[in-house]
Amino acid sequence: MDLNQLVTTSGEWLRGSGPESDIVISSRVRLARNLAEFPFIGRAGQQDRTEIESILRDSIMQIQESGDLEYVNVNELKGIDRQFLVERQLISREHAESEGARGVAIARNEQISLMINEEDHLRIQVMHSGLDLISAWEQIDRIDSLLSDIVNFAYHPKFGFLTACPTNVGTGVRVSVMLHLPALVITRQIDKVFRSLQKISLAVRGLYGEGSQAMGDFYQISNQITLGKTEIDLVKQVGDIVPVLIDYERRARDFLVRESHENLHDKVARAYGILRTAQTISSEETMHLLSSVRMGVNLGLIDDLQIPLLNELFIHTQPAHLQKLRGIELDTADRNIERARYLRRHLNKNNGDESGKN
Amino acid sequence: MKCQKCNKTATFHITELTKGKPEELHLCEDHARQYLTTQSDEEPAVTPSLAGVLAHQLAVGQTAEELARLDQRSCPVCGITFYEFRNQGRLGCPYDYVCFMAELEPLIVNIHGETDHVGKISARYPEGTEHRTQLVRLRREMKEAIDEEDYELASKLRDEIRKIEEPPKKK
Repeated sequence: MDLNQLVTTSGEWLRGSGPESDIVISSRVRLARNLAEFPFIGRAGQQDRTEIESILRDSIMQIQESGDLEYVNVNELKGIDRQFLVERQLISREHAESEGARGVAIARNEQISLMINEEDHLRIQVMHSGLDLISAWEQIDRIDSLLSDIVNFAYHPKFGFLTACPTNVGTGVRVSVMLHLPALVITRQIDKVFRSLQKISLAVRGLYGEGSQAMGDFYQISNQITLGKTEIDLVKQVGDIVPVLIDYERRARDFLVRESHENLHDKVARAYGILRTAQTISSEETMHLLSSVRMGVNLGLIDDLQIPLLNELFIHTQPAHLQKLRGIELDTADRNIERARYLRRHLNKNNGDESGKN
Repeated sequence: MKCQKCNKTATFHITELTKGKPEELHLCEDHARQYLTTQSDEEPAVTPSLAGVLAHQLAVGQTAEELARLDQRSCPVCGITFYEFRNQGRLGCPYDYVCFMAELEPLIVNIHGETDHVGKISARYPEGTEHRTQLVRLRREMKEAIDEEDYELASKLRDEIRKIEEPPKKK
């Protein structure tokens, strides 16, 4: 697969369409599976890992769903390309940073990715734009069934599908939605939401997994339990809470518009102003400001910007994307300059005042 | 509840799952922010998690000797000891769920609140796992035989492996 072809697009999960896509960025389902005849990854030697990779790779490429799947040997990728795949959510950070034989099969439209030799032998992921969990589950269920006809997945009649970590055993399914919740952050209600979600066994994480909770006010809500419930129940458990969260976020936005319209408008306008004029800017600040601008667009406070462009900026200003777009590797300081230049160029394009000077 | 890193009230209760071990963190707002923004680079000092849950469970009603004996028990298939599992939070092979079942069950209840799978059923069980698990053991024994230069045993094991591998393999 030519990763450079992916660079200029924005990826399935930031396409910015689908139901409720002003708040629900994407819907994702992943399945953990292991081959019955090999030890789990932690006990697997190099030879095992190589065999696991080749068996799974051959099987994946055989199934019908994979008409447009392309295989990427992650072990042979340069660091920046692995980072690039992490930024696009096609592989996990853990997968990028581990060692030894491993790879990922990716659908051209980036809705499907199958990671080989991650924490489990196989991690299948299906990601759709907007709120679309049921069809994401149906798609991944089909892929799983097709693969089960070819390979033997480790399974126990009591415990279900067996995984390296007991936290995934049973269905091996993790259902998640990514939500943009800036108003709940501004009104300081987000921790309350956190707490109530945890009480009903839902986990909350940031954009790129656990380490980035605050990044751009993006939150991933997912099931914690994988055993003792059917897959559909788990899909529903996550799916049912989404309208509630959407409602909270909309109410918080209404509140801000009603009670502190000037402050809100000021915050959004300043964010937009900085993004259009800054000369050097970090990834974190960019995410933070883009988040305000995104909400501003959704509330009609900014009318010369479209959500798809904003979504694209979220991903294109990530470190690996920025470097691949520029075509050279840059250190942090140079990246911050390049990021500011990129933002100025794209955000000033519409109104032509400081257009493309750089 | 107080923050784990200072004396303020903990308002953030974070459960980490991605590293494969459920890990509870109770933090005040400042430390939560700090934790959440820096955590990707450096692992937090708090890593007990699954190991902690297990230790707590096992400590109930068991003597130190019983615990030590349990730690040394190993899976006949992949060779992982219970101690290694406790430490890493990851199992070694599918058979661990059978050979450590008594120890895993309370842990699984703790995590999931249930012990029985009710979801999708594997199309290929039992020929799938039970039988095939033997391959994990045979391959390990073959590797050990080769390491010890016992080639006679290694070739015997290789034949056994082939016998199991052949029939169900369809292209």
